[in-house]
Amino acid sequence: MSNSILESDAAASTGAGTPAATTVMSMQQALNRALDEVLAEHPKTLIFGEDCGRLGGVFRITDGLQAKHGAQRVFDTPLAESGILGMSVGLAMAGFHPIPEVQFDGFAYPAINQIVCQIARMNYRSRGTVPMPITLRVPSFGGIRAPEHHGESLEALFAHVPGLKVVSPSNPHEAYHLLKYAATRPDPVIFMEPKSRYWQKGEVDLARGDAAGGSPEGAKVMREGRHLTLVAWGAMVSRCLQVAELAAEDGIEIEVLDLRWLKPIDAGALAASVRKTRRAVVVHEAPLTSGLGAEVAQLITQSCFDILRAPVERVTGFDVPYPSGDLEDEYIPNIDRILFGIQRVLEYKRG
Amino acid sequence: MDTLLPAASGGAAGPLTADELRELYSLMVAVRHLDTSAIAWQRQGIIPGYAPEFGQEAAQVGSGYAVDTTRDFVFPTYREMGVARTMGVDMVAYMSTHKATWHGGLYNPLESRLAPIQAVVAGSVLHAVGWAHGQTLDKKDGVALTYFGDGASSQGDVHEAMNFAAVMKAPVVFFVQNNGWAISVPTERQVAGGSVAARAAGYGMPALQIDGDDVVAVVEATRRAFAHARTGNGPVLIEAMTYRRGPHSTSDDPGRYRSLDEERDGAGIDPLERFRQRLLAEGIADESFFAGALAAAKAEEEQIRTGIQALGPRPGTEMFDLVFQETTPALQSQAANWREESEHV
Repeated sequence: MSNSILESDAAASTGAGTPAATTVMSMQQALNRALDEVLAEHPKTLIFGEDCGRLGGVFRITDGLQAKHGAQRVFDTPLAESGILGMSVGLAMAGFHPIPEVQFDGFAYPAINQIVCQIARMNYRSRGTVPMPITLRVPSFGGIRAPEHHGESLEALFAHVPGLKVVSPSNPHEAYHLLKYAATRPDPVIFMEPKSRYWQKGEVDLARGDAAGGSPEGAKVMREGRHLTLVAWGAMVSRCLQVAELAAEDGIEIEVLDLRWLKPIDAGALAASVRKTRRAVVVHEAPLTSGLGAEVAQLITQSCFDILRAPVERVTGFDVPYPSGDLEDEYIPNIDRILFGIQRVLEYKRG
Repeated sequence: MDTLLPAASGGAAGPLTADELRELYSLMVAVRHLDTSAIAWQRQGIIPGYAPEFGQEAAQVGSGYAVDTTRDFVFPTYREMGVARTMGVDMVAYMSTHKATWHGGLYNPLESRLAPIQAVVAGSVLHAVGWAHGQTLDKKDGVALTYFGDGASSQGDVHEAMNFAAVMKAPVVFFVQNNGWAISVPTERQVAGGSVAARAAGYGMPALQIDGDDVVAVVEATRRAFAHARTGNGPVLIEAMTYRRGPHSTSDDPGRYRSLDEERDGAGIDPLERFRQRLLAEGIADESFFAGALAAAKAEEEQIRTGIQALGPRPGTEMFDLVFQETTPALQSQAANWREESEHV
């Protein structure tokens, strides 16, 4: 992460004789380390799913964890997503803190019944007496030229379900801290890992979850700007940072807001950013219609209507099934499409 | 069908004592009376709906009787009132779900050892497997008892649960009440292969197909299954053959899919009357005992009815407060709007 605030915070938190907490690692390593630490710090935590034991997961996120923490705490299940999630409910009832994995986003569909009808409702159904401290890790979104059902963006679906919380990290630092935070919450969290970013390296300040000392459930300004706010999450954050870099060459100062939490959405941070820039574009990979961009746009409209210079724009995937690898560059918002979106907002004229 | 090895029943208690038999009868009468009363309450407008279990008293009381509430846990559907009553769950709190006071009921599931009622059949069968696996991980000896019907046995979750439980040797007793009907669809149009019990073989799991209208047979089978699971041998499936007399729910009209003659033929002898005859024949109970049991059931029913009639609506704030352990700003804001607009606070 090219974030000077982070670097200075890291320096400030490093006392004399203490080794620097900031280290460079990939998102895969950051997630692996977070899980390792959660297992070590919280004895009731369990990690399970398809192939996450001996193999370490198809993305190696759970690499080495079974060998280190034992096959009782990190284990392979039969190949059945509903089974994995339904079993999580019972384990949570028995006092465990499950961190199940579905191998790919599209494989969450067979488990939707357990996620929506059971996990999301058990706390409510039981009047708060049976919490569901389940963190469901879902390798999410596209960009790796994968087969069908391996590139879905399910955030709007999950965020729409009462009783679920949804979060997506955008870089290794966020991945480490958000997972450590999510995995110790008493409520169900859908943790959407942008699989196209697994191998991206970045600085991780192991000591500081939030550079500005803000809420672990808040959004985060990743780049300051004054002309327009790009709102994104997951893999789209780094693409928006690239766009901001390019726009800066033309003198356009773009603020990039990493939403991080897709439920609850940090409406305050959204408002603060857009009240500063007065223009906003939401970028997401998911299809346009009824996507989370609509929710973000409404939150902005509600808080910033009086000062908005243009309607909030959306640059998103299309209302088509996620395409094959050959077409995914056309589907996922690319730099050009985001720049066009920005242009539409900047050149908007009231009728 | 009985594929459970006799050796596995070593941990099961011996034959039921006379006191236990009388207690079982009292429980069955209490359940029967409460069940028929609940239908009346619905007709009287006291509760909006109810899922009767008329005819399944032996299956429910008998299986619930085998549960040790100090260590076991039960995962019901929405038709296990008899199990709940047998386990000693607070019946006003239980019935509150049918009063439309709170989905899942007002009882505390962890203290009652009964998971919340829920309507997605087979949904909780997997929960039982997870809970049971937790017992293995914690080196405890609790057994999960999960209920489902012949209709639910068509759901994929049942198959995933059986496979998971068998692979992990989880201490689960799958208790199928085959009551002949999945609302309007008879078992032969619901269950391929002739029985649910037959499926257990495919998972390498022992199964017992029993007369679910014989309460003593149900207690003994469930105790055997519990002993098997408790001693680390993995899951067991019990298919209790019974018959749902009357409607699926108070909204159902069974006359559209079967005649009263068919119902009489299919149902066989009333399990309560059958047990009564047996107790009489064996000299274990007499008419005055039966009269006393009925009087107690009536008194209990009256107490429960008074209790649920006294239940007011839940405060609206609970709708917002109980979604999460840690609420969200959006939910707080919606709650504030609701208070302002509905309570004019």
